[in-house]
Amino acid sequence: MSILFKNARLIDPEARTETTGDLFVQDGVIAAVGDTPDTAEQVVDCRGKHLAPGIVDIGVKICEPGERHKESFRTAGLAAAAGGVTTIVTRPDTLPSIDTPETLEFVTRRGREASPVNIRPMATLTKGREGREMVEIGFLLDAGAVAFTDGDRVTTDTKVLSRAMTYARSLGAVIIAHPQDPGLSRGAAVTSGKFASLRGLPAVSAMAERMALDRDIALVEMTGVAYHADQITTARALPALERAKNNGHDVTAGVSIHHLTLNELDVGDYRTFFKVKPPLRSEDDRIACVEAVKTGLIDIICSMHTPQDEESKRLPFEEAASGAVGLETFLPAVLRLVHAGDIALPDLWRAMSFNPAARFGLPGGRLAVGAPADLVLFDADAPFVLDRTKLHSKSKNTPFDGARLQGRVLSTYVGGDCVYTKD
Amino acid sequence: MTFRQKHLLGIEPLHPEEIRTILDLADTYVDLNRSPTKHSDALAGMTQINMFFENSTRTQASFELAGKRLGADVMNMAMQASSIKKGETLIDTALTLNAMHPDLLVVRHPHSGAVDLLSQKVNCAVLNAGDGRHEHPTQALLDALTIRRAKGRLHRLNIAICGDIAHSRVARSNILLLHKMENRIRLVGPPTLMPSGISHFGVEVYDDMREGLKDVDVVMMLRLQKERMDGGFIPSEREYYHRYGLDAEKLAYAKDDAIVMHPGPMNRGVEIDGEIADDINRSVIQEQVEMGVAVRMAAMDLLARNLRDAGDKGVWV
Repeated sequence: MSILFKNARLIDPEARTETTGDLFVQDGVIAAVGDTPDTAEQVVDCRGKHLAPGIVDIGVKICEPGERHKESFRTAGLAAAAGGVTTIVTRPDTLPSIDTPETLEFVTRRGREASPVNIRPMATLTKGREGREMVEIGFLLDAGAVAFTDGDRVTTDTKVLSRAMTYARSLGAVIIAHPQDPGLSRGAAVTSGKFASLRGLPAVSAMAERMALDRDIALVEMTGVAYHADQITTARALPALERAKNNGHDVTAGVSIHHLTLNELDVGDYRTFFKVKPPLRSEDDRIACVEAVKTGLIDIICSMHTPQDEESKRLPFEEAASGAVGLETFLPAVLRLVHAGDIALPDLWRAMSFNPAARFGLPGGRLAVGAPADLVLFDADAPFVLDRTKLHSKSKNTPFDGARLQGRVLSTYVGGDCVYTKD
Repeated sequence: MTFRQKHLLGIEPLHPEEIRTILDLADTYVDLNRSPTKHSDALAGMTQINMFFENSTRTQASFELAGKRLGADVMNMAMQASSIKKGETLIDTALTLNAMHPDLLVVRHPHSGAVDLLSQKVNCAVLNAGDGRHEHPTQALLDALTIRRAKGRLHRLNIAICGDIAHSRVARSNILLLHKMENRIRLVGPPTLMPSGISHFGVEVYDDMREGLKDVDVVMMLRLQKERMDGGFIPSEREYYHRYGLDAEKLAYAKDDAIVMHPGPMNRGVEIDGEIADDINRSVIQEQVEMGVAVRMAAMDLLARNLRDAGDKGVWV
């Protein structure tokens, strides 16, 4: 089976270029770029729209096992396909958590049979995410664990963490942490400052992020582990990150799309769909993070897709659950940054597909001969108003409900198979 | 006369003219309350439900009396002992009560924003009787009325708010109100009891009480909310009293005719000296309680008028 994409704006995140040209796919693999055969079994006229490697989204919460009423592999996969995400890397903070090879195999199997896009699971770092004993890192790696993380639970016992890091290093496993000082952030629902005080909400200083990152970097220096900070969202944490990178440590960092496009004021009158972890930050922090993505200091953008049902959100702000769905709104949301002139498409795609794939050893993320034909064709300019009830996810907790967005996915391909076409 | 609100959720959405409207009407209710009859039919036929998810004696009594004096049918729900304990959510409770067609809901809740959330789900007028650390609008209004009657005006005054600002909804509502009415506000207290971002509030912050009280017209004390403390905000009660308790020596820094206020209940010997609290020349604490009933009557009267108007026009229902 061969497909020829003609007249596409090709985004190559590896070469950081955006060019007009054709792309040829043979048997699920990119076989030629630019200099392509004239015809194929299927010809797609892209009419000048953008063709890019599919998004690789690290840290997606799919609520299987445990809370399938919030999200299943099927619905998350459909949402991903509609959002141009071709590889989902799942979080292990399910019920029960993914801390044994057996549960990991369950996730892998469910992902394969139910989802139209690639599913790659992560495992916890400690058993039950309790921060006491490390999981079977070796077995889990063999079973296909992409990385090891306790999600938003911070391992407070540095002895446990340093040993897990040392062990992980010997196996070449990547550890993902959530840098947030647990003491300072206890009970917090928003970032401290004028807004938090006006609303009377319990708040955490932005400094809690840097404190935890500093600690983690010291442990990385000690153990030499490959370390990824799931979300760096404050200006104050960036110099620490930069220092660690300059010192040659194997450190990378991510940021969620919500922290790049929204700020603390969006919470407004206690709108719980804007309650995320870590909390939304100040506009200064947001701008600093966008700049850090542009320079490459922040490596990866993710959706931090976290489904929550209505009951978990229809509560007073302090009591409401954290998290927002993001798979399907990921692409139009990041395009806000492009339309605002903040960042160019190839740089953005580097952070959304090439870097995450490279960091976690996944096959996608490139527009090169030999790479899998995981592709997204999208119209970067198409305007629309988001209606949350139309989302494919079972949970509809998006902060972009009613938002005017620009950019729609036209079709999504995984391994050369079309998994989504806009009707 | 201007008052366009459907609910009274906080001071933040109020226009200064609306604040004046409430206070002017409250003045007439002060007179009514001092008369032998003490009764009006402003809320006749209306149902008022007081839902207090947090302990309260004074505020609840004040709202109950206000409603009864205006002729409303008043019901008190002891929410702490009710279905909330059985796992019912705030929204479900609100919907259940809403189905009984109340006209006025008076709500106190331990979480900021909870009253706001509830107001979105009912079609009666909602009065915030205190939500978390957010707002306590009727307290700020009764304080404003007390100041206006004692000082003859509610603008260009130097007002010091002292104590646990961080945990106080009373402080927030007062800052907002006094700011809207163009007063100079000083906040006095230890830095651990100041909210974050306080420098952006258009207030002056003092951690030395003597400096903070210098030449002020009004000294507003706050209760040291021990039940809200996670622990560790101040070293001890006695050190707090020494540095931030209002006594005659510290009060001497204020203007000679400065008034002393306290929202109650007082911790004598913690934030305020007993003698000052009882000094009829300086303390207006009893007046505050009296103004509380009048202000709540005025607020409920105005909301009820808007509710009737809206009912006539067929909206909000």
